[in-house]
Parts: sequence; C-alpha cells; structure tokens
Amino acid sequence: MINPAYKGKMVVVEGSYAVAHSAKICRPNVISAYPITPQTHIVEDLSQFIADGEIPNCEYVNVESEFSAISALIGASAVGARTYSATTSQGLLLMHEALFNTSGMRLPVVMTVANRAVGAPINIWNDHQDAIAQRDTGWIQLYVEDVQEASDTLPQLYKIAEDNEIMLPGMVCMDGFILSHVYEPVILLEQELTDNFLPPFQPENILDPENPTTFGAFAAPDTYEEFRYLQEQAMQKALPKIETVAKEFEEVFGRFHGGLIDGYMLEDAEIIVMSMGSILGTVKDVVDEYRARGEKIGVLKVRSFRPFPKKQICEAVKNAHAIVVLDKNISIGTNEGALFTETKSCLYNSKVRVPVMGYTVGHGGRDIRVESIAKVIEETKKAAKYGITLESQFLDLKEELL
Amino acid sequence: MKEIRIHGRGGQGSVTAAEMLSIAAFEDGKFSQAFPAFGVERRGAPVQAFTRISNSPIRLRSQIYTPDYVIVQDATLLDTVDVASGIKDDGIIIVNTTEKPESLNLKTKAKVMTVDATKVAMDVIGIPIVNTVLLGAFAGATGEINVGSIQHAIKARFAGKIGEKNAKAIQKAYELIRGKRRE
Repeated sequence: MINPAYKGKMVVVEGSYAVAHSAKICRPNVISAYPITPQTHIVEDLSQFIADGEIPNCEYVNVESEFSAISALIGASAVGARTYSATTSQGLLLMHEALFNTSGMRLPVVMTVANRAVGAPINIWNDHQDAIAQRDTGWIQLYVEDVQEASDTLPQLYKIAEDNEIMLPGMVCMDGFILSHVYEPVILLEQELTDNFLPPFQPENILDPENPTTFGAFAAPDTYEEFRYLQEQAMQKALPKIETVAKEFEEVFGRFHGGLIDGYMLEDAEIIVMSMGSILGTVKDVVDEYRARGEKIGVLKVRSFRPFPKKQICEAVKNAHAIVVLDKNISIGTNEGALFTETKSCLYNSKVRVPVMGYTVGHGGRDIRVESIAKVIEETKKAAKYGITLESQFLDLKEELL
Repeated sequence: MKEIRIHGRGGQGSVTAAEMLSIAAFEDGKFSQAFPAFGVERRGAPVQAFTRISNSPIRLRSQIYTPDYVIVQDATLLDTVDVASGIKDDGIIIVNTTEKPESLNLKTKAKVMTVDATKVAMDVIGIPIVNTVLLGAFAGATGEINVGSIQHAIKARFAGKIGEKNAKAIQKAYELIRGKRRE
C-alpha cells in the first residue's frame, strides 16, 4: 500500500518497468527468459538495461524456449550466480519439469510470474491457474497486491531464497496486465538501500571443476525420501524467514506489504474475505463501504501461498463468524480453488470452528467488479447466519452461454 | 476520484494517452492509475483505455463502468460503440469531429463537446495523430488537469521536435475548447 508521505519519491511508470528495474537493482549475474504476453515488457526492459550496460557483471542468455531459460538458470545458479527470469502461462507450464529440478537441487533461482490463464481455449488474460499448477514443485510463491509490492518483493525473495538454511527457488506472482501493464505511482528501488538490505549470494556449495561435487544426482529408495524431507524442512524454515525479511525490508525502506499474511480491518471482523493478488485492492474499497455503514467486514491477504501459513491463518480467522475465499483458479474435479481447499484443510484439526465458503473468480481475465464483491459478502453474511448452502461456486457465471 | 475512459482504434494511441494523463495528473499532485482494456490489439479495431485520478492512493482494479469523462478519438466509433455507456449525468464527453455536438445525437444527459483535433494535428504536427491533442482539449474542457503538466509529460516521452510540436498542438486544442466553454 502506498504511503502518501512518500509521494515525493514516486514516479508514475508501468508495472513491468518497476519490476525490471527492481531485478536490475538486485544485481543478478545471469538473466534468461523467453518473451510471452503479458510478461514481455519486463524482459524487453531488462534487455534494454543490458544493452545499455546498466547491469554490471550480468549476462542475458537468449534462449529458444522457457524450458531452456530455466535450464540455463539451473546451471548458472549451481556455479553460484544470482539468477533471474520472468514468465507466465504456457511458458511457466513448459518450465514445469525443470521447476522440480531447481528446487530438488536447492538452487535459489528467482523469477517473476505475470500470472495468466492457461489454454485451451487460448486466453492471454489474468488468472492464477499457471502458478497454482506449480504449487507442488517446491518453489516459494509470494503473491503481490500492487506494483510497489511486485517491485519490493523481489529483493525480499532473493534474501529468503538464498538463506543457507533455506536454499529454495521462488516466484513473485503478479497479476498479468492488471499489474504488469498498469501505470501507477511507485518508488523505484534504490541501489544503495538495496545493497544494504540484500547481501551478495554466497552459497555454501557450488559446482566447481577445481573441487568436483555433484548436484541432483541419482538417489535410490534408500536416500530419496530424506531429500524430500529436507526440502519440506527448508520450506518450514522459510515461514519465519518471510516474516523477518519483510520486517527488515520495512526498517530499511519504510514499506511493509505483509509477511506471510496481512490483515485489513481484521481485528473485530465478523466476515472475512480472503484472497491473493491485485483483487485485494478492489475488495478493500468494498470493505470500506461496509465499514462506513458499521458492518464488521475484514480482509485477509495471503501473501505466501508456499510455504502455506497454516498457523497464521487459523489465528487470523479464529473469531470470525464466516470466511469467504476468492480464488483465481480452480482444481477441476473438486469445484474448488486451491486457497479455499487449503484454508479448510488447515482449520479442520484446529480448534477454530468457522464456516468457509469459496468462489472461483476472474477466470481468463473476467473483470471483477465492486458489485460482485458486494454480492459475495452478502452471501457470506447469510452463511454466517443460516449456515452454508452452496460451499463453492463460480462467480459471475453467464448461464445464458451454457 | 475521477474516472476517464478513452475510446479509439488500435494504433491511435489511446493507451499512450491514458498513460500520459496519469503522469500529468501525478505531476499535478494527485494519485493516478492508467491501464488498457487488455484487448488483443489489432490496428483499426475499437480499443479502450482508462485513467483514474484521485486525491488518495488508488486500490480499485476493475475497469471503468461509470466514467466522469469520456474521450472519443475517432467519430466513426459512434456507429458501433456506445461511448456514452454508464457516463455520469454531470459528466463530459469529448469527441474528435468536425460536427457540432447536437448533430452527433448521443443519447446521454452528459455534456457533449466536440473539437476538430484532426485539423489541429494536421496544422501543427503535420500528421493525423490526435491522442495528445485531445488531452489538451480534455484539460480545457474539464479543468481536471494542468495543461502544462500534460505538455511536460509528452515532452518527457517524445524528445526533441516531435515533443515540441505535440506541446504546441495541445496548447491549441486547449484554447479552442476553452473558447467553446465560454460560448
């Protein structure tokens, strides 16, 4: 959220430019990416920076596909380079196989995902299906609300991912078009402050011909399970790290976008709207209208989807009368979005007893209007009073097209 | 908060106009947001772009359905696109045309203003690119934005002679529509 006090330092730029600038300021050594809408402006701006000699000690590796981009970064990261990529949709799907390799080899590759729907039917607009489809790949996933957060979360994610106790790759998920193509005021990351905040990448183990070791080698049934266990342990260590790094960022830059989660009007909220990404801005505007009428509605922003902050979510919703979860994705066959399913799951064995409703929203970029959010809140109020009748459903479905 | 919707055809610079408006509004001390309607852009196809201007930070991410102001870059759109859709009763629609407002027959309670931006662009810039010219008209018609801030934003984007010519055209359109406002 923009603090009006910082207005003097702001400029109005496109979201993609702010992100490319942030990637530049984080001092990457190797960038590799393949252009795909709506990520294109990010990599165009980065190519320009490289051509203008603005990123010292950095190589931009041109590739013929996203699969090659992530593969190039696996090699680069293994020899100790700080690496960056950006992609979306089908490009992210094409990376899928190598995403497991990245996390399995414990390489802290960082990328921006300009979230977009997946085909078929072909659709270039925003939803979260691309990133949610990667949730089990062992990558950290942080979802951002506005351009400032998309920019500020990159150095935070490098610091989390490159921690020697963690060593996991991560993606900053920003809504394609809605954030990548918007012009809005933003404070561009400053080099000096960022250098103070983000230390150079110093991995304990690297690939080095002078001192030969093996990464991602064969593991038989007698050892494979332990590799998986250690990955899970690393994710658990990332939970507190995400919180502390967000606080460290605030100390240096004066901006805070939440740690694992963030609350808005949450303290006394009877109805809580939960979601991830840019939709939260619209939801907050609607909640302000309810609050002006004295209705206790609050917002729970989930910033970290992987690792999933179970404890923090249980704590945040424990006094609510009902929760509604808005997902820009669906697991076909469950009729549920991922955040909805996982929120129910983490509450089940807890002492928190609160009805949870789900809506899948904004599929393929369908605009999410203020009126629709208000409708969702009205339905949730009914659920709090009379119980849930329909657990999960599509928002704004056009029955006439079926 | 003021909401502005720009109608144009692919290639006419509607998105650039929305962006320039957001930069100029910020220079005026306001918060701003500009974004395209995210179409699959094709030259000549109807497109929309949006700008929000506010005294406080803008969080809303939906498209604009009830604009305060509408800018129409190409009057041929009036046959196929409902440019007055959702406009507030006290709003203003600015159309680039040689016609008079009443002859456009727009079904709206909002005020309709016309400006021959194509002529201004041809006379001053030498090419029929009207997006920046219409921003001058917007400043003159609405008073929402300082015409100097628009000129500054344009000159920052388009260096040298092109920027200068655009700034002149913006001034001319600004004065033209200010004259009409006084009529």
